[in-house]
Amino acid sequence: MVETEHAVRQDVPADTGWRGAPYPGVVVAGEAVSAVNAAAERLLPGVVPGRPLREGSAWLADAHGAFTAGARGPVSGRIGERSFEAHPAAHADGSVTWWLVDSTDVDLAREQLRVERERTALLSKVSSALLTSLNPDRCRQLTAQLAADHLADAALVIAPGSGREFPVTRCTRGGTPVHDRLAIEPEEVTGLAEALQGFPPVPSRWIDPGSAPDWLVTEEFGEIGSIVITPLPGHGVPAGALVLLRRSRHQAYTEDEEVFARLFAARAGSAMSAARLFAAQASITEILTRDLLPPVLRRVDGVEFAGRYRAASDTERVGGDFYDVHPVGVEGDDLLAVLGDVCGKGLEAAVMTGKVRGVVQALLPMSDDHSRVLSLLNDALLSRHSTRFVTLVLASVARSTAGVRLRLTSGGHLPPLVVRANGVVEEVPTTGTLIGVLSDITSTTAEVVLAPGETCLLYTDGITEAVGGPLGGEMFGEERLRTVLASCAGMPAEAVAEHVHMVAAEWIGDGGHDDIALLAVTAPRGQHLTAVGGHGRGRYTT
Amino acid sequence: MTVTADLAQQTADALWDAVVVGDDHAAGHVVRRALDDGLDPESVLLDVIGGVQRKVGAEWAADRLTVAQEHAATAINERVIAQLSATVHYPRPHRARIAVACVDGEWHALPARLLAEVLALRGFRVDYLGAQIPTPHLITHLHTTGPEAVALSGSLAPRLPTAHATITACQAAGTPVLVGGSAFGPGGRYARRLGADLWAPDARTAADLLARGAPLRRQDAHQPIDDLPHLADQEYTLVARSGRRLVRSVHAGLDRAGHGTGHTPEDLAHIVDYLCTALYLDDTSLLTGYLTWTADILAVRGVRTAFLVPALDLLATELRDFPRATRLLHEARAAITRTTPDTEPGPDA
Repeated sequence: MVETEHAVRQDVPADTGWRGAPYPGVVVAGEAVSAVNAAAERLLPGVVPGRPLREGSAWLADAHGAFTAGARGPVSGRIGERSFEAHPAAHADGSVTWWLVDSTDVDLAREQLRVERERTALLSKVSSALLTSLNPDRCRQLTAQLAADHLADAALVIAPGSGREFPVTRCTRGGTPVHDRLAIEPEEVTGLAEALQGFPPVPSRWIDPGSAPDWLVTEEFGEIGSIVITPLPGHGVPAGALVLLRRSRHQAYTEDEEVFARLFAARAGSAMSAARLFAAQASITEILTRDLLPPVLRRVDGVEFAGRYRAASDTERVGGDFYDVHPVGVEGDDLLAVLGDVCGKGLEAAVMTGKVRGVVQALLPMSDDHSRVLSLLNDALLSRHSTRFVTLVLASVARSTAGVRLRLTSGGHLPPLVVRANGVVEEVPTTGTLIGVLSDITSTTAEVVLAPGETCLLYTDGITEAVGGPLGGEMFGEERLRTVLASCAGMPAEAVAEHVHMVAAEWIGDGGHDDIALLAVTAPRGQHLTAVGGHGRGRYTT
Repeated sequence: MTVTADLAQQTADALWDAVVVGDDHAAGHVVRRALDDGLDPESVLLDVIGGVQRKVGAEWAADRLTVAQEHAATAINERVIAQLSATVHYPRPHRARIAVACVDGEWHALPARLLAEVLALRGFRVDYLGAQIPTPHLITHLHTTGPEAVALSGSLAPRLPTAHATITACQAAGTPVLVGGSAFGPGGRYARRLGADLWAPDARTAADLLARGAPLRRQDAHQPIDDLPHLADQEYTLVARSGRRLVRSVHAGLDRAGHGTGHTPEDLAHIVDYLCTALYLDDTSLLTGYLTWTADILAVRGVRTAFLVPALDLLATELRDFPRATRLLHEARAAITRTTPDTEPGPDA
C-alpha cells in the first residue's frame, strides 16, 4: 500500500518522470484537478486540470473526499471495462497525487481462485456426504438434496426399479427430500430409459418441459423453465438417473456448471452403485445366515429356556457354537434341547453348525434314543470327508408332576451343570465320544429332575476357557462357573443365562475370546405369565 | 396429575414386592391392574417399572441385593414389559425410524428397552438392538435400514471410550446419535465431550427431542481425535494397554505394605478402568466420583477402605512418567482424603 503522507512535493511541470510515468497520476488540490500525466489523460479524458475532479470520475472524487477527511486504506473503482486501485500520496501543501494501478487481471485471478476454491470445497463436501452412507435410500436423498441446492432449483433421483415401480426421491432447493415409489413409463421421458439402464453411456439430455409427464413436475414448484436428464454412472451396476428442474429457460449449462455437474454425477453414481451392491450383499448374507443364527427361544409352558450367544469375532454374527430347542412328537409334549460346538470358528464353522443342526432336526422322530441320534449324526459327519468334528449335548425335556425331567447325553461335550434350589451345584454324570472322528462311538445318558427354581446349564468351552480376569492371563475355569451358578439358585432362566454370560464377559474384558454359547433350562417357580411371545404353535408357546 | 402420580407410586410399590420375591405372576398382575385402572402405559414403563429398576440399583448399593438377585429382578421386569407390549395398543408407526442400542459391553439393557417401548408407544418405528451388540453390527444395521437417528444407552463410565467409537462410527455413517444413561455424567457433560448430537436425561426427554424432528444431520468430516485433542499424548493408550499389569503390581504392592486383605483384585481393576476413562476424557471428577462411590459401597459391605489411598500412591509411582495420569491421581487422592477421611490408613494398618 502506498501511504506516503509526507512525500516530497515534486516540481510537477519540471519533472520529466511525472509526465511519462507508466501509471496514471492525477494531482488534486481542494476539489479541483491541478495536474494530470499522460497516462491519466488517455485513461480519463474527462479529468482536466482546473476542473472539479467529480466531473471526470465520481468514485475517485469520493475517494479523495474520504482521504482528505482522514480515511485510509486502498480504494478501487471501475473505469470503463477495467478496474483500478487508487493510491493517494499527500503533499505538504495539502494537495494529493492519486496514482491509479490497473487491477483488472489480479481481480479476475482472485475471482477465479475464489470460484475454484468454492467448487473444490463443495465437491469435497458432496463426496464426504455421499461417502457416509451405504443405504440406497439415504444416498438418493443426499443426491437429490445436494443437486437441488447446488445444480438446479429442484431435483429428482430415479433409481432402477423392479418391473414397473421405481423409487423416486425429489427435493426442491432448501427443502426436505421426499421418497416415493412410482409406477412410471421411463420411455415417456426422452433419455430416461437409457439413463436408467446404465449402459451404453448417454450424455445429459435437455428436454422440453411441455413434454414432461405430470409425475416429473412437482406442483408446488411452479413454472419450469428447463429440464435436464443426467445418467448416474454406476460402473457395472445401474445407479439411476438425476433429473434437474430449473426455472431458467436457458437449455444449457455454463462451462463451469458442466464440469461440476459431470463430477457430481460421477460421485453420486459411485455412491449409489456402492450402496446398491452393499444392500444386495447384505440381503444375501442375511438370507444365508438366517438359519445359522441362534434361535429366539420362546417361553414354553412349564419349562423356561434362555440362551446367550456371542461369536468370537465382532464382525460376525455366527460361529461354531450353537443351540436349539425342538418340540418332539405329534403332540409336541416333549422337547429336545441341543447345545454344541463345532471345532474351529468363523463362517466355515458356522456353516458346519447349520449341517449338524439340520441332521439333528431330521432325527427328531427318534430323539428318545440319544445314542442312536448321536451315532447317526456321527455317520453323517464321517461320510462328509470333513476333518471337522463336533461336540454336543442332547437334552430331552419333559414336564412331570415333580418338576422338569431331563435326560442328558454328552457327545464328547463338557458335562452340564445343575444348580439346585439350595444353591448346591452338581455336574451331570454323562460322558461320550466326540462326533465325526471315530466310526464307533459310545455314550452314557444321565437323568436329572429339576424341582421348581432349579436350573440345568449347558455351555461351551468359550465360558470356561475364557482368559482374562482382573490380574490378566487367568482362565475362568469350571470352579468359577460353579461359584457363579451357585448364586443363581431360584432364578428365572433368563436371569441365569444373563448373569453367567455377564460374569464371563467381564472376566474376558476387552480381550479376545472364543465363541460363547449358553443354554439354561429351568423349572419355573410357581405360576407364570402367559401371553408372551405368542407366535408359535400349540400351548407351549403361549 | 397427583392421582396418576399416586397410582404410579402405589403400583411401583406393589411391583417391587412381587419382584423382590421373584413372583412374576404377581408382577404381571400388578401391572395389568394398573393399566385397567387407567394408568397410562408410558407411566407404567417409566414410573413403575423404571422406578422399581432404580430401586433395584439402590438396594444393591446398600448391599441388600446381590448382583444375581439384581439379574433376577431385571428378568422379571423384562417379562412384565413383554407382557405389557403384548396387551397395550401401539399406534401404527408414523414417526421417524430410530435404532435403540446399548453401548457394547453394557449389561444394563433395561433403560434402552424402556426407551424403545416408549418410542414405539409414541409412534416411532423402532429397531431395538439390545445390549451386547458389537459396533460393526450396529453400523451394518444403519446402512441396511437407514434410520433417522441412533439412541445409544450407557450406564457404565468405563465403556465411554467404546461409546465414543460407536458415536463417531454412527455419525460417519450419516446417522446422528442421541445418548443417555448415567455413564454420560451429570448433566450429560461427557455426551458433549464425545461429540454426541443430542443428550437426554431420561426416556421422556429423549422421546420429546426425537419427536421435535430429526436432529441436524452432520456432514462435516469429524474425527474422534477432534473431540479429545489431549489423546494425542498417548497416555490413555499406553496406560490402558498395561492395565492388567498395573493391577498386578498394585495388588502385590498392597500385599507387601500389609493392606492385602478385604478388597479384591476386581476392586483394583475397576479403579484402573476408571483411571483410564478419566484419562480418556481428561476429567478428574470421573475418577474421584468413582472412588467416593466405591468407598461407600465397600464400607456398606464391611470392607476396609484403607487400601484406597495406598493403591492410588502405588499407581502414581507406576505411572510417574505420565504427567496427565500423575496429575489425575494427585487430584483424586486429595479429593478422596477430603471427602472420606477413613480412607487414610489408620495406625494399625
